[in-house]
Amino acid sequence: MKHLDVAAIKDGSVIDHIGSKSTLKVADILNIQNEEQVVLVGMNLTSKFLGKKGIIKIEGKIIDQKEANKIALIAPNATVNIIKDYEVVKKFKTVIPEMIEGMVKCFNPNCVSNHNNIKTKQHVVNKNPIRLQCHYCERIMSANDIVLI
Amino acid sequence: MVSFQQRDIISIRHFNKEEILYILDLAKRMEQMDHTEILKGKVLASLFFEPSTRTRLSFESSMKRLGGMVIGFAESGVSSAAKGESLSDSVKIVEGYCDIIVLRHYLEGSAQLAADVVKVPVINAGDGANQHPTQTFLDLYTIQKTKGTLEGLTIGFLGDLKYGRTVHSLAYALAYFGAEMYFISPPSLRLPGDFMEALKDRKVKCHENESLMGISKRLDVIYCTRIQKERFADPIEFEKVRGIYRLSKTMLEDVGIKDNLKVLHPLPRVDEMDDSLDATDFAVYFHQARNGVPMRKAILAAVLGAIA
Repeated sequence: MKHLDVAAIKDGSVIDHIGSKSTLKVADILNIQNEEQVVLVGMNLTSKFLGKKGIIKIEGKIIDQKEANKIALIAPNATVNIIKDYEVVKKFKTVIPEMIEGMVKCFNPNCVSNHNNIKTKQHVVNKNPIRLQCHYCERIMSANDIVLI
Repeated sequence: MVSFQQRDIISIRHFNKEEILYILDLAKRMEQMDHTEILKGKVLASLFFEPSTRTRLSFESSMKRLGGMVIGFAESGVSSAAKGESLSDSVKIVEGYCDIIVLRHYLEGSAQLAADVVKVPVINAGDGANQHPTQTFLDLYTIQKTKGTLEGLTIGFLGDLKYGRTVHSLAYALAYFGAEMYFISPPSLRLPGDFMEALKDRKVKCHENESLMGISKRLDVIYCTRIQKERFADPIEFEKVRGIYRLSKTMLEDVGIKDNLKVLHPLPRVDEMDDSLDATDFAVYFHQARNGVPMRKAILAAVLGAIA
């Protein structure tokens, strides 16, 4: 029998193949601190593709594609497995959306979004490598400029 | 079919080549048109949170010359912004008093924010170091009038390329017309990397230089800009680059130029252009400033649906 580093869940969602260092940020975006049922978080697990990976298992919560896409920016290789009675019944990858809202701080200190109480918005102008253009000030951020809110 | 009716004019990036040529053509028609009252009964709100002479007055003149009326303010100290009112709230209030808003603000992206929260059209009259699309339209109009074409020109941008919004907007627009571009500035005022990358993505031939030496004879147009003291957080940094370029008749003759070179400047100038240049055939900057009126008349009339 295969040994599991992080225990199985009966019904819910497993987010796998998260870059290890992004695991807690993913947990934050998915707001798991407000979950009532079991949540298991693993970091620095061995991965053939990533070297080290993170995994999050949430009992009793079904994550849909839209919600999964929120984490695509920081976990572009993540997969979501929907579990029912210990079996995987659905599996999908995260997809970077066309527009990122309320997640990334604009890197331009003079951008109106850093001085007014408004939701930040960036258009995804390139997915690989990632390049985001601020909806307001039009400046283009690359991966090194991206700071999550 | 091209239409500007009820459109926000926020960034030159929102306009394609056909639309740019359409508005240039409309400005030409406006120059030939006699007194008209096609905007009678319309009200323009002119909201200037930052100082301006040319842009504000040419918008107001254009509106009045077309029979319209103007309300507004010329500095943020006399608006409710001084009491801490947010930009969103300010424009939502003003929306109820006018048919169109012209906005200048020191924060980048402010015009887009305003356009997102009001229903009346918003024209960006400069948002920080970002965009100044109506200046770009009139710059293009001036180049087209004085050079006879916009296609395939070699343009030298000189001065503050980091904070100069007119440079950012004009370079973007000229990329539609196959321009080759020389960006001439001190290292600390170079064109921001993301702008340069965006131009290269559009296959523009770009060069970066620190002086006109060796390249001046290739230029059809020099677009000179002021080094903007107000954009520097550190006055010492400003002092390092202050007065670094000074175009004069003698200087241009010394470095060597094309006979039909044209020198543009969005004005105001401080010390980067000598008065000796004013009387030469190169100088078209005062003509350029005057072109603000036909261009802004064209924009106002087109956006308010008074002309097609």
